[in-house]
This record gives sequence, C-alpha cells and structure tokens, in this order.
Amino acid sequence: MRSGTAARRARLPWSWFGLVPFFGYVSVFFLLPTAVIAYSAFRVRGEGGASTFGVANMSAALGGAYLDALWNSATMSLVCAVIAAVLGMVLAYAVATSRGGLLQKLVSTSAAVLANFGGLPLAFLFVAAIGNAGVLTVFVQERLGLSLRDDLGLDLYSRGGVQFVYLYFLIPLMVLVITPAIEGLRPEWREAAEGLGARGWQYWRHVAGPALLPHFLGSIALLFCTAFSSYATAEALTNGTLAITPLRIDGALSGNVLAGQENLGAALALSMIVVVVPLTLLYQLMQRRSSRWLQ
Amino acid sequence: MRRTSIRNAGIILVAGAVVLGSAACTKKADATASPAAAATATSVADVGGMEALIAAAKAEGSLNLIALPRDWAGYGDLIDNFGAKYGIPVTVDNPEASSADEVNAIKSLKGQDRAPDAVDVGTAFAISGAEEGLYAPYRVATWDGIPETQKSPDGTWYADYGGYISIGCDAAKVAVCPASFADLAKPEYRGKVALTGDPLKSNSALMSVWSAALANGGSVDNIAPGIDYFGKLKASGNYVPVKATAATIQSGETPIVVDWDYLNAAKTKDLANAGVRWSVAVSNDATIGSYYAQAISATAPHPAAARLWQEYLYSDEGQNGYLAGYARPARLPAMQAAGTVDPALAEHLPAVNVKAEFPTDAQATAAKNTLTQTWASTVQ
Repeated sequence: MRSGTAARRARLPWSWFGLVPFFGYVSVFFLLPTAVIAYSAFRVRGEGGASTFGVANMSAALGGAYLDALWNSATMSLVCAVIAAVLGMVLAYAVATSRGGLLQKLVSTSAAVLANFGGLPLAFLFVAAIGNAGVLTVFVQERLGLSLRDDLGLDLYSRGGVQFVYLYFLIPLMVLVITPAIEGLRPEWREAAEGLGARGWQYWRHVAGPALLPHFLGSIALLFCTAFSSYATAEALTNGTLAITPLRIDGALSGNVLAGQENLGAALALSMIVVVVPLTLLYQLMQRRSSRWLQ
Repeated sequence: MRRTSIRNAGIILVAGAVVLGSAACTKKADATASPAAAATATSVADVGGMEALIAAAKAEGSLNLIALPRDWAGYGDLIDNFGAKYGIPVTVDNPEASSADEVNAIKSLKGQDRAPDAVDVGTAFAISGAEEGLYAPYRVATWDGIPETQKSPDGTWYADYGGYISIGCDAAKVAVCPASFADLAKPEYRGKVALTGDPLKSNSALMSVWSAALANGGSVDNIAPGIDYFGKLKASGNYVPVKATAATIQSGETPIVVDWDYLNAAKTKDLANAGVRWSVAVSNDATIGSYYAQAISATAPHPAAARLWQEYLYSDEGQNGYLAGYARPARLPAMQAAGTVDPALAEHLPAVNVKAEFPTDAQATAAKNTLTQTWASTVQ
C-alpha cells in the first residue's frame, strides 16, 4: 500500500505535464487578453499623446450613457435568462419523460443546432418573418386584419423584440444544459416518495426541486452570460437605438466614427468581465453541487 | 506505455514551436526586399520619373490594399484596370473593414510582407493617422487639382472621392418618393425609412442624422435637432432601426434608405434584377458632403507600387473610374474646367439642389460626443 502511494506521488510531475497545453491555451486566450484589457483600461492618453495611468476611462465607462448601457445589458440578459430557463426546463422535462425516442433525438439535435444560431442571419430571419413587411405580418394583416405591431404589441425593433429573438437560441441552449440533469432524476425517487404517500407537488417540492435547483440556477447564470455577450443580432435590429455594452465596445473599437477610443473600449470590456466572471464561478459551483446527486 | 505517450506529446509540442518559429522568420526575411529610393520619395520626380516608378513597382511585384469592396466607388474596375495596365497583381485584404481596422492593420502588420501599402480612410482617421506618423508624405503629379481644403499641406493624406447624403427609394413599393427630410416624416412613409447602421459606428448614418439636423434648425455645430428628429421618426414608426442592406430592400422591409449618394446609386443596377426600381435623390432641404482620403503607409512593404497606385487613382482615368462607381472624385472641379470628365458618367450623378455643408474635424468630434450621450436615450 505504502509503496504504491509513493510511486503515484513520484509520477505526479509527469501527469501535470499533460496540463501544459491547457494552461497554455487558457493563458493565451483568456488570462493574457484579460491582463491586456485591464492594463489598457487604466491607461489615459494625455494632451501630448503620452499615456499615463489613470481612472478616467473607468469613470467614463461607469457613468452617463455607458452606465445606462450596462444596466440595459444586465436587465435584458436577466429577463431573457429567466424566461428561457423556465421555458427550456419545461420543454426538456416534457421531452425527457415522453416515450417517443424519435422525439427526444429530434429535440436534442435541433436544440444543438438552434443554440448556435445567431448574428445577422438570425436577425434577418425574424425581419423576413415578423418585420414590417414580413411574411407573417402580411399574412396576419391580410387574413385577420390585424397589425402585429399595433394590435398585438409585437414590435421587432424594440427591447422586447430583441429579447424575443434572443429566446430563439437561449431556450434550445437551456434544453441542452438541463437535459442531463433531468435524466439524472431517478424513477426510484419518485416511486419511493409516492410509496411514502407524497403527492405530485410534494415530490417536486422536497425531492426533485432541491436536486435540480443548483443546476437550474447555474444554467440561468450560463444563459445570462450568453445573452450578455451577444451583440450582432441586437445591432442588426436596432442600429444602436438599444444601448447595450457590447455594442458600445464595438463602436469604440472598430467604428468608422469614433477615433482614439480604444482605452474606453477596454474599460467597457473590463466592466463586462467583472460581471461575467463571478457568474461563471457560480455556474461551476452549482455544477459541482448538483453533480453530487445527479450522476 | 503512459510515460512514452507523454514524452511523445512533449516532442510534438517542441516540434510545433519550431515550425511556428521558423514560419515567423520566413515572413520577416521576405519583407526586407524593397528599393530604398521609392520608400522616401515624396513625388514621382524623386524616383526618377514615371517610367522609373513603373519599373520599380514591377520589380516589387505586388500591391497590398485593404478595405476596398468591389462594389464601392468603382474600386472593382479600378483595381482590375490597374493590375492589367501595369501587370502588378493586387491583393485586397478584408474588403468590409472599417477605417479603424485599416489603421490597426498598418500598426499590427508593420514589417510584414502582407501589411497594407496604401489605405482609403475617413478624414478623421487620415488626420489622426498622420499625427501618429503612420503615413508617408507624397504628392501625386496632379496634386494641384485637388482642392486646397481637401488635402494635408505636407502631403500625408489627400481626399480621393466623396459624395452627399441622399435618399434612396424603391419606386415599385413607394407611390411618391420622398425628396427631403421634411417628406420623410409624413405618415405615408410609416415603417419605411432606414439607415445603413448605428450612427455611433457608421459614418454614413452619422452624416444622415447630421443632415437631418441641418434640415431642422440645427447646424454644423449643433447635431441635436437631428437626434430629436430621428426620435420623432422612431416614435411615429417611420424610422425602422434595422441595418439596411440589399436584402432588406429586396424583402421590402426598408424601401427608403438614407445613405451616401454614391452608395445608394451603386445599388440601382443589382437591385433592378430583383424587381426593385431604386431611385436616388440628394435631399433637397439639407445635405452634408464628405470625402474619403488616400494615404501611403510609411511602412509599406511595396513603396513604389503604393506610389504608382496613387498616380493611377489621381490620373484622369482613375478619377473617371471613381465616377463610374457614382462617387465624386476630388479632382472633379479641375477636370470639369479642363474638359476631361467623361460626360456619360457625370450624367449619372444625382443633382445637388441645396448648399452642401462640410463639417470640420473639430465639429465632427463635438457632434459624435453629443450623439454618444443622447442617441440611445432619445431614439427609443
């Protein structure tokens, strides 16, 4: 026994060597960019073109229109994440407990595809369907005499419209991340609960709910981060009339209009990182908690 | 077994690093072969005349350009004709890039063989790039024909082409095409008016808002009335805040688009195939004019080819090439005086019936600051 432990210890440095590519990857694509962003966020360009350390960019990024944008981003993402989490959960549960194997395969495959749909193509999809001259808009107008926008309150080019479009890829994403957890709920638990006289809601309240809750909360964090960092769809649908932080970064870094705003862009990016990193850690923590039960 | 596989992984990693390292070395070695005379020449005479410049450019063997879409201001034909005339292959990197991307490319690709030789940037980036020392001063042979206000006295940048803010309209879907910003606010245009981007990002959208300001009591020093105007247009539902493209015009989502006249007019031919009758008018209550600028990169890998490209663009042939793409070349007034404009091409240009304003860089900075602070909160 003892000699076995010693041998394992001696091999440890070698097995760590296997992690080198991973750490290299993380350093090059996460730690280094984050450090560069943090550095340039605190560089202020002076009158003569010389740069010094200062907080001017950060205070600009956390004030006025830029703060409104951050607030918009956060509240929009939260609303989308919660709605998508609830709807995705219901869908995933219905599919996972259904008997049709074909249906399950169909839903999981299409969820994997739709969760990665986004950007300009997604925006145009909705423009062509429910825009002012969209196929559905025209159909409803001609057949039912109703205007999607005026009578049904469905305005694609508003905050609500963008949230609606985001759900298109967030719900499938929720289905993808929550399905393994739902499948981990063992039928024996339900049988045991029922055997002890529990009703449906009691099973959910005391058994399934607590087992799924960490995973559910973790998924909300993940969906939030996804919505928080999306921008191409919102850009195409609102031309900047919906102020969100990723669009402000885009304008500061690569626009044709604002010159010399790179450091402000870095400050805005840093403010997003500060929001996202705790949520990612929360997601990890919740994953670990839930994996205790749902294996 | 396990140890062996780990060691193999190590060998592969080291081998990969060696390959990457040697690849980087090869790139650097290529970039050094360039004639010193051309790199510092500030006019064609410095190189020893046009023949010598052509010979030097041919010796370099290629020309790197960036951010020039083929359907933009006639660049597709200009590039093809230049390549055919001098037998120099032209590479255009990232055709959809912005001015900021072009300036970044000069900085980040410095010393590499694939760095841009010359750029075509908005005036703000011409001025800021010159301040950073990114451009090499050069005066084309036809330098005197470029209006004084549209070039840097030291020759680091000079306007190449430009146009005016205009209203494009699909006559197949809109009964009466609007001709002014006052028209655009009419109820009959509800759900029809669009811009080509976010005014905080797209220069043409910014200038459209600013032109609207001029039409509504604003000035080159006051863009606020334009922002309020678009706020009203959004509230009444006339303004559709979708990014207008050829696809949204075809689908009927954006039958009216406010944009530069040369970009609007250039769409006419392609859209006609899709059943769109696209007509373009420079807004007759107010408009803004703006010009792009050429500049040679100070660290161009092909300095002679870059200079030959400038000579070509500012020749009568090159300037008429811009005109063929519906853009107004910088030497247009001089060429009209000399009678060297192609009359068939000049006819395509939409008429300008109002005094156009040309905001200065300082005014533009002030306008952008106002816009950054109030656009999203006003237009919602």
